[in-house]
Amino acid sequence: MRVRRLAAWTALPLAVTLGLAACGSGGDGGSGGSDSSAVSIQIAEPKHLVPTNTTETSGSQVLAGLFSPLVDYDAQNKPYEVAAQSITSTDNKVWTIKLKDGFTFHNGEKVTSEDYINAWNYGAYAPNGQDSNFFFEKIAGYADLQGKAPKAKEMSGLKKVDDLTFTATLTEPYIDFKTTLGYNAFYPMPDAAFSAPGVLKDSYEQAPIGQGPFKMKGAWQHDSKIDVERYDAYPGEKPKVKNIEFRIYQQLTAAYADVLADNLDVLPTIPTESLSTAPTDLGDRYKTSPMSSFQFLAFPTFDKDYSSPDVRKAISMAIDRDEITKSVFKGSQTPARSFVSPVLPGYRENTAGKAGEFNPTEAKKLYQAAGGPSKIVISYNGDGGHKDWVDATVNQLKANLGVDAVGSAEPKFADLLTKVEKKTPVGAFRMGWVMDYPTMEDYLGPLYSTNGSSNYYGYSNPEFDKLVKEGSAAKTQDEAIAKYQQAEDILAKDMPVIPLRFGENVFGHSSKVKNVEMDLFQRVNLVKIEAAS
Amino acid sequence: MFRYILRRLLQMVLAFFGTTLIVYALTFAGQGDPIQALAGERPVTPAQRAYLTEKYHLDATGVGGFFYRYFDYVKNLLQGNLGESLTGRNIGDILQQAWPVTVRLALIALAVAIIFGVTAGVLAGIRRASIFDNSTLVLTLLVLGIPTIVLAPLAQYFLGVKWQLFPPTAGSDPTFYALLLPGIVLGSLSLATALRLTRASVAENLRADYVRTARSKGLVKRRIVVVHVLRNSLIPVVTFLGVELGNLMSGAIITEGVFNIPGVGFNLFRGIRTEDGPLVVGIVSVLVVVYLVSNLVVDVLYAVLDPRIRYE
Repeated sequence: MRVRRLAAWTALPLAVTLGLAACGSGGDGGSGGSDSSAVSIQIAEPKHLVPTNTTETSGSQVLAGLFSPLVDYDAQNKPYEVAAQSITSTDNKVWTIKLKDGFTFHNGEKVTSEDYINAWNYGAYAPNGQDSNFFFEKIAGYADLQGKAPKAKEMSGLKKVDDLTFTATLTEPYIDFKTTLGYNAFYPMPDAAFSAPGVLKDSYEQAPIGQGPFKMKGAWQHDSKIDVERYDAYPGEKPKVKNIEFRIYQQLTAAYADVLADNLDVLPTIPTESLSTAPTDLGDRYKTSPMSSFQFLAFPTFDKDYSSPDVRKAISMAIDRDEITKSVFKGSQTPARSFVSPVLPGYRENTAGKAGEFNPTEAKKLYQAAGGPSKIVISYNGDGGHKDWVDATVNQLKANLGVDAVGSAEPKFADLLTKVEKKTPVGAFRMGWVMDYPTMEDYLGPLYSTNGSSNYYGYSNPEFDKLVKEGSAAKTQDEAIAKYQQAEDILAKDMPVIPLRFGENVFGHSSKVKNVEMDLFQRVNLVKIEAAS
Repeated sequence: MFRYILRRLLQMVLAFFGTTLIVYALTFAGQGDPIQALAGERPVTPAQRAYLTEKYHLDATGVGGFFYRYFDYVKNLLQGNLGESLTGRNIGDILQQAWPVTVRLALIALAVAIIFGVTAGVLAGIRRASIFDNSTLVLTLLVLGIPTIVLAPLAQYFLGVKWQLFPPTAGSDPTFYALLLPGIVLGSLSLATALRLTRASVAENLRADYVRTARSKGLVKRRIVVVHVLRNSLIPVVTFLGVELGNLMSGAIITEGVFNIPGVGFNLFRGIRTEDGPLVVGIVSVLVVVYLVSNLVVDVLYAVLDPRIRYE
C-alpha cells in the first residue's frame, strides 16, 4: 500500500511532463515552414510596429516589408521615388508630394494623400507619445501639437490638394526634406487603423496594415515570430519569395547556431564572439556591406582637463586605429578619420587631417605642450561589448603618451548619460551614431550643433551652427554639401570628438537562400532575396 | 494535516506580500533611467519621455512616491491585473505565454534528474567502490564543475550544429524532442547533485540495523533495497528536488537564452536588462508563489515518506 503511494508520488511529475510534452507536439517544429519558398530572418522582439513609433532595427525591418516608402536610396544614396510619383518644391519650403496611382492597403483600401496626413499628424501629436515625434518638427504647425494639452491636433503645414496630391509647408526652407521622407516615420496608415480621427486602434500594432510588398499572415506572435506573405496587388517590384518568417531571438549566438545548422536563413548581424570563426564557418555565405554607423570618443566640455583642442588632437594621434580595427574587430569595422559616414553624398576622406594620423612622437610632444591631464579615463557602457577596444585604446594611450590611462565601465549607456548630464567627471566617453536618412545634416545637426539631440558633450560653435543652417536652407544639393563640408572643416579644427571607426553590416545566410543584400539601415532587402533551389 | 496545510497557506500570503514589497523596493532603488534604457543609445524625445513618465508614475520618487507606486501595484495585483510592461504589453499575457514552455522545460529537466540521477545513485550506493561508482563520481564532479554558461553552448555546438542530433534551438512552440537537449543541459546539474545525495544516503542506510535484521529474516535483496532502503534514503533527495523545481524554473535564464526558448527566464533577463520594473516584479511575484508551493509540497511529502513525521 505504502509502496504504491510512493510510486504514485514519483510517477506524478513524470506523467505531468509527458502529458505537457504531448500537448506541445501538435504544433509544427517552428523551423523551415511548410512552403518551400518561406525564408526566415532573425530579428529581436520589436518594441513597436506603428510606423511613427518604430525606431529600432528589428521593428523597422518588419515595417520595410509591410510598407513602401515615398522615396528609397540609389547606389549613390540619393533619393528616388517609390510610392511617390514626384516630390517637388520651388523654394524648398512648400513641398508638393504626388502619389503614384495604384497603391492599395492590404485590406483593399486605396492609398490617398489623407492616409499620409493622418499618419503624420498622429505621429506629431505629443500626447500619443510616439518615438519618432521629432521627425515632423520641420513641418509648419508642429509646435502647436506639443506639450501636455496641445492647441491643435493637426499640423497646419499639411494640406490635401486632391486624392493623390498633398503639400507639406515647412517652417523654413530645408533642402533635404525629400531625403528624410525615406524614413519609416513617413509611411501612411489606412483609415482602418484608426477607431476615431487621431485615435489609433490598440489592435493595429498586432497586425499592421500597410501598402508594401508583403502583408501580415496572422498576428504578431510576441517573442516568437512574425509571419508575412506576398501581397499580390502590390504595384511595385514583386518579391521573389512568397513567405517570410521574421523569427525572434533574444541572443545572436543562438541565431548563429541556427544559421550554421541551416535552421535559420538570414542573420543580419554576426555576433562578436563568432566574428573570428564566421568566415571559415560560413565560407562565401559570410558577407559584408556598407552601413552608416559611426563610433567616436567624446569629451565633456565642462571638464577643464580636455578643454584644449590640442589635447584632444594629441589623444587622437596617439590611437592606432588600423591596429584596433584589425585585431579587435577582425576587419568588421573600418578606421574613421572624418566626422560623417562614408556612405553619404559629400563625404571626404581624412577630414580630421593630421590629427587623424597615427603619430606617437608628434602626439606626445603636442600633449605635453598643451598640458594634458596625467590620467586619462575612458568611460563606456559595460553591456555593449566595448571592453576589448577600450582596453586596447587605453594601452595605446599609456604607451604613446606616457600617461596613466584606464577604462571605466558603467552598467548601461543610460547610466553613462545620466552621469554626463549631472556633470560627474567621467573623462572621455564612447558614443555611437546611426543615421536616419543619408544626408550630412543627419550627422552634423544632432551630433555637433549647439542644440543637437545627441550633443551630450556640450560642443558649441556659433560659426558651425550657422554653416549647418545655411546648408539646410540652400537652394541646390551642391550648394548645401559645400556648406556642410565647410562646417566639417571647423570640426577638424576644434576636434570636439575623436572619430574612431565606421561600421559595416557583417551578416551571414544559410545555404537555402541567395541574393541576400542589406541596406545602410541594417535591413535585409526583402524584394531581392531568393530561395536557392 | 489539513490544519497544517491551512496554516501554511496563510503564512504564504504573508510571505508573498513581504517578498513583493522587497522585490519592488529593490527594482525601485536600482532603477537608473528606465526610459533611456528602453531607448538604448538613441536620444529620447521630450514627448515620449513625458508620455511614459505619466503612464508609469515615474515622477513619483522618494519614499512617498515609492509607497504610492507600490500600493497602486498591489491594488491592481489584487484585481488580477499585473499591469503593463514599459513596452506597453500586458504582463499577464507575457506570463501566460512564457509559463507553459518553462514548466515543460523544468519538468523535463526534473525527470532527467530523477530517472538518471536517482537510479544511478542507488546503483552506485549498492556497489560501493566498484568501477561504476568511481566513474559516476568522476563524471558528476566534472558536470558540477562546468557552469551552464559553458555547458549549454558546448552541447548546442556539438549535438546541435556539428553532429545535428538535436535542433540547435527550440523556439517558442517546441516539440518534446526540441526541448530534450535544453532539458538535459538544465537538468544535468540537479542530476549530479541528486546522484551524489542518493548514493550517500543509500550507502549509509545499507549499513543500518534494520537492513541487517531484514537480511537475517531472509528477505530477498531486491525487496530490502526497493522497499526499506530506498524509501528511507529518498527523504534528503525529495527535499533537494522540491527546492530544485523552483530553481529550475527561475534559473533557466542561461539555458533559455542559449536555446532561444521564450520562457520565464528569457523574459526576466530582458526585464532586468531594460530596467523594466513592472515586468521584473510581475515575474518574480509568480516565482515566489512557485517556491512557496513547492516547499509546501516537499513538507507534505515528508509525512508520506516517513510515518514518524506528523503535522498538527
